[in-house]
Amino acid sequence: MITLEKRLAPSTSASILSPIIAITLTIICGLLMIQAAGKSPVEAFDVYFLFPFNDINTYLNTAPEDRGGLLYQPAEVLVKAIPLALIGIGLAIAFRAGLFNIGAPGQYILGAIFAGGVALHVPENLSRFIVLPLCLIAGAFGGLLWALIPAFLRVRAGANEILTSLMLTYVAALLLDWIVRGPWKDPAGFGFPQTPDFPESAIIPIILEGTRLHWGLALVLIIFAVLWFILARTVTGFRFTVTGLAPKAAHFAGFNQRGTVYLVFLISGALAGLAGAIEATSTIGQLQPEISAEYGFAAIIVAFLGRLHPVGILLAALVLAITYIGGENAQISLGLPKNATLVFQGMLLLFLLTCDALIHYRLRWRTRRRA
Amino acid sequence: MEPFLIAVIVAATPFLYAATGELVAERSGVLNLGVEGMMLLGAVAAFVTALTTGSSGLGILAGAAAGATGALLFVIVALGFSANQAATGLALTIFGAGASGLIGQGYVGEALKPLPKLQAPEQLAEFSGVRILFNHDVLVYGAFALIAIVWLYLNFTRSGLRLRAVGDDHHSAQALGLGVLRIRSLAVLFGGACAGIGGAYLSLAYTPLWAEDMTAGRGWIALALVVFASWRPLRIVFGALIFAAFDQAGNYRETLNIEIPSQFLSMAPYLATIIALVMISLASRRSDTPACLGREFRPDR
Amino acid sequence: MGQNAGGIKGVTASHEHTPLFEARGISKSFGDVTANKDISLKVDTGEILALLGENGAGKSTFVKMTDGVLRPDSGAFLWNGKQITIKSPAAAKRIGIGMIFQHFSSFEALTVLENLALALPQRSLRAIRRDVAEVSERYGLSVNPKSRVERLSAGEKQRVEIVRALLQQPKLLILDEPTSVLTPQEADGLFTTLDSLAEDGMAMIYISHRLSEIKELCDSATILRHGEVVGSCDPQSTSVSEIAEMMIGKTADPIDRAGAYVGGPRLVVDNLSIPVKEGVPLKNISFSARRGEIMGIAGIAGEGQDTLFAALSGERRTPKAQSIKIDGQPIGTMGPTSRRRKNIAFAPEQRLGHAAIADFSLSENLRLTRHAMREFSNRKLRARSLKIREDYDVRSSANDPKAGTLSGGNLQKFVIGRELDRHPDVFVVAQPTWGVDAGAASSIRNKLLSVAQRGGTVVVISQDLDEIFQIADRVAVLHRGELSQTHLVHDMTPDKIGMLMSGEDIDSEPKSTTTQNFTRNRARKTTETTEETIAVRTGTAHEQTKEPIRQAAPLSVVESPKPATPPVITSSAMTSSVSVPQSPPPAKSASQSSPRRRILVSGTVTTPWTAPEVIQKGTVL
Repeated sequence: MITLEKRLAPSTSASILSPIIAITLTIICGLLMIQAAGKSPVEAFDVYFLFPFNDINTYLNTAPEDRGGLLYQPAEVLVKAIPLALIGIGLAIAFRAGLFNIGAPGQYILGAIFAGGVALHVPENLSRFIVLPLCLIAGAFGGLLWALIPAFLRVRAGANEILTSLMLTYVAALLLDWIVRGPWKDPAGFGFPQTPDFPESAIIPIILEGTRLHWGLALVLIIFAVLWFILARTVTGFRFTVTGLAPKAAHFAGFNQRGTVYLVFLISGALAGLAGAIEATSTIGQLQPEISAEYGFAAIIVAFLGRLHPVGILLAALVLAITYIGGENAQISLGLPKNATLVFQGMLLLFLLTCDALIHYRLRWRTRRRA
Repeated sequence: MEPFLIAVIVAATPFLYAATGELVAERSGVLNLGVEGMMLLGAVAAFVTALTTGSSGLGILAGAAAGATGALLFVIVALGFSANQAATGLALTIFGAGASGLIGQGYVGEALKPLPKLQAPEQLAEFSGVRILFNHDVLVYGAFALIAIVWLYLNFTRSGLRLRAVGDDHHSAQALGLGVLRIRSLAVLFGGACAGIGGAYLSLAYTPLWAEDMTAGRGWIALALVVFASWRPLRIVFGALIFAAFDQAGNYRETLNIEIPSQFLSMAPYLATIIALVMISLASRRSDTPACLGREFRPDR
Repeated sequence: MGQNAGGIKGVTASHEHTPLFEARGISKSFGDVTANKDISLKVDTGEILALLGENGAGKSTFVKMTDGVLRPDSGAFLWNGKQITIKSPAAAKRIGIGMIFQHFSSFEALTVLENLALALPQRSLRAIRRDVAEVSERYGLSVNPKSRVERLSAGEKQRVEIVRALLQQPKLLILDEPTSVLTPQEADGLFTTLDSLAEDGMAMIYISHRLSEIKELCDSATILRHGEVVGSCDPQSTSVSEIAEMMIGKTADPIDRAGAYVGGPRLVVDNLSIPVKEGVPLKNISFSARRGEIMGIAGIAGEGQDTLFAALSGERRTPKAQSIKIDGQPIGTMGPTSRRRKNIAFAPEQRLGHAAIADFSLSENLRLTRHAMREFSNRKLRARSLKIREDYDVRSSANDPKAGTLSGGNLQKFVIGRELDRHPDVFVVAQPTWGVDAGAASSIRNKLLSVAQRGGTVVVISQDLDEIFQIADRVAVLHRGELSQTHLVHDMTPDKIGMLMSGEDIDSEPKSTTTQNFTRNRARKTTETTEETIAVRTGTAHEQTKEPIRQAAPLSVVESPKPATPPVITSSAMTSSVSVPQSPPPAKSASQSSPRRRILVSGTVTTPWTAPEVIQKGTVL
């Protein structure tokens, strides 16, 4: 039988290999599943994973005047990756510090609500350069506030942050549902549960014509550069790592545990809130009951897949975004149900967690001792 | 009032199953956040089986088996490979939601005959209390029986004692020669089977049809319920009825003259759970919170 | 004591008789480390065999093999002359081997009865309840079966452990350091119980490093050092110092402290009280540590050492800033980083997980405390850690190894070096040599001495009395969160410290407050303890403490935080053992009201000087 044997020190190479193995296994299992469903795995692979590259290739081989719209799909991958990356890096910071902020979806929703509140209530003639930053700051603030609740309860009462932040996620979803059906409901919306459209000044402008790619991307890259610096080069980043690995050693190093809990939830909540605000003020442009809060859970996959490292998380966010867009494509061109995407994502995380055992453990074949 | 109370008992049933199963898993020290996923797997398996075989009994069994299969994934990854339990549970929920949707896509729109209900004796049917307590199907009574059995098991049997010991201190348990991983695996599998039956109740009796995501967050409420009940089986009954009452109050707002928006009623279980958790954590007396809850364990040898 | 007691004298005796339990040539290695090498011993019914050895001598490994947790690489266990294989703890129980561990493997959330039921799967609850009552009464082990274990004291928990072991009806009972967490009174009760068990024919292996207990209790003794049996003896007819020499050996270098100089107070703790939820609260602790001295805080485990260390390091801030002062400045409310910036350094007891992080490389571990000094860059830290590894002889094959891959001794040298390398004014260290090999221990002690030599202040919190006597100038004893008055180590004997450790007052002889400034000239040789050195000591008590007091130090030198060269005032020096501390006083006569208790009190002492030898076992009971 196979047994696990603890390594003296975690293996760095296993840590890098693990996501690659997990992705490969997921693809293999996914394609087997598709074949079992009577569809062509080769075609599915093409539709699912290669479309952004195919599209870019077509774009490059097309005369400039005929290129319109060809980049729509690759850009869409980036659009999806923006919130995933933002939430993912926030979760990664929490995981580094040994805290499990599983309530990111709730913080994301609060971010959207706060941003929507600003967008719907500012005077219409105000400049975009005032309104938009205001929306985003309000969104980050909303996420932060929501995240401070589990932090406060953990510090003051010792309440498990996994359970409290998870409960708050559902409270947030119901709050949004009430807002769009109640106080902020669009009077001209034919009874649909949604707010009026945000004013133009509260919409993030598009970078690339013919796509939905917006300037949120630039913001994400700036934030990632700053966070990379903080994590890799400052005492604060060091503090998170130390706290996650050995809380007692962190105390000894002079890093107060309560302070770390607040700081982590503050950063991670603000990032999730910002993601919600960006999503509301870019692709959606209004509030509605469904604002893709499931990104909050998918971002957990992003954080783990990206090895809790900023660069890894950017790549992982792209991988997850591809599964979303690829899933939609496969639904259209292959008639593959949308749920297949969830299955792939679930499998990916399960494989990843399994492979991660190799970081701390060595696999050993052991013959059963005879009695 | 009477239809409301009947509806509360019915709505409490899936909570009872899923929460009782999760309670057993958690008392052994394992936090499985995959309840929602396992319920969905159970719901779809039960529906498809009952529809194709025509047997509700087989449907229930299939639901339990599907829930346990989901739990098996959890056992392999989180216990076998010592992965983070919270992340594994979430993965299971995501996977279960997707897989149940895939399996059930051909069955959307089909309908089943609901489970037969126990009829109250005619001469007693005039009493309101009797009408509320009778007139349910076998799964409703099964849920209450299950809790009683689990309560007896945990408190009055050797095996239950071992399970609690494993949840309290896995290192001491190993030192005593208890198979920590074996006991935990069985507890999680039992939890999965219960969640599966909870899901089966939804698709066989509650709304006898299959719809994607038909559990609608009940798995998460069940998880909250275990905390709310402070890990004690009998309190689950009480908690499930309260949570179900909040759930149903939205539908009976006009009858019951409630002014509060239904969303706030639906929030109440989650908020109550947070308050309960804070109170448990603040209490100076130790509660029945399993000391090893969610902590990974690898045998030394 | 047992009827058989007199007849058996260690492993060499009684060849003709088949003993109940025998180990023959047991060996066990972990990788390159040999934990047990060719260990042989025998124990018979009604006999209490002592298995003696220092921390790390291989006792625990041996115990784990007798309990079936580990398997020996070679050698055999015999039971009534027949070879047995002990596959698991359950198998050990079936054979008739019962274990009582140092740390109780009980379930805190469960009741006493439930704990016992778990350990005795084959017996009914009713039978257990009945047997508990019976065993409790027979051996004076009162426990309430219904109370949750978390509410019991250490002594009560141990009683539960013993009851558990006895209910399994063992023929051989193995006790692993059973008194380490007990109060003297509780230990006293334990010995009474063990005596009556031996009378009933129980064989026992009693593992300890406390010599007085062994003399009190055991019929024969086997001594381990570095995983090997180095001798066996009859503890009744062998002197404590002989046993101690077998146990400790003569490996450590003698420590030379000639010409040290002590100045005014630097680290002052004034009426420090810390209430805690878990652990031992501190009550009105006051002491002052001075320039150029090593201040020892002695005490058996779990008397509040952790809380005291946390209060000194700033991990736990004190309610009042005035409670802790450095050079007159209050620092009680500062965190560790601010305190480090006041040039205080700390090294906690637990190496991995507190002092260092296993998954971090040494240079990253350096950053753990150096970020306070704004040393952060990888390159500089790597260079610095290389220097520390050279200066402090930290051995490892890798370039910048992960802390978890280092041996205990090497990691401890690094942890100490990390702090001393920045020349702190004050160094607070807990258990500096716990569980490290003799070579590393000696090197660490020398480093601590050189800090004091340089004019620095060292506070050593240690359970190792050897260590206190070897390096400390003054000592205070922690008992249940209260600190005794400070005494000159010269004036102390293990016997007196033993009394302080159990919370008793000793005659108020010269207090530290009477000696303001003094210089020393002495070289201590404490690890070699023979009858001769004791004899020498006896004649020369107090001789040199008086003289140097007259030679007060120039204040200017005292004020300098880091004198480049230590101000040596007297240098007659090196008169070897003439200046070592006073010998133990003659033992109290057996006519005292509670002679047995007196021995048990000194039983907390772990040094070669341990118990007075006049009292033989059997004088009480």
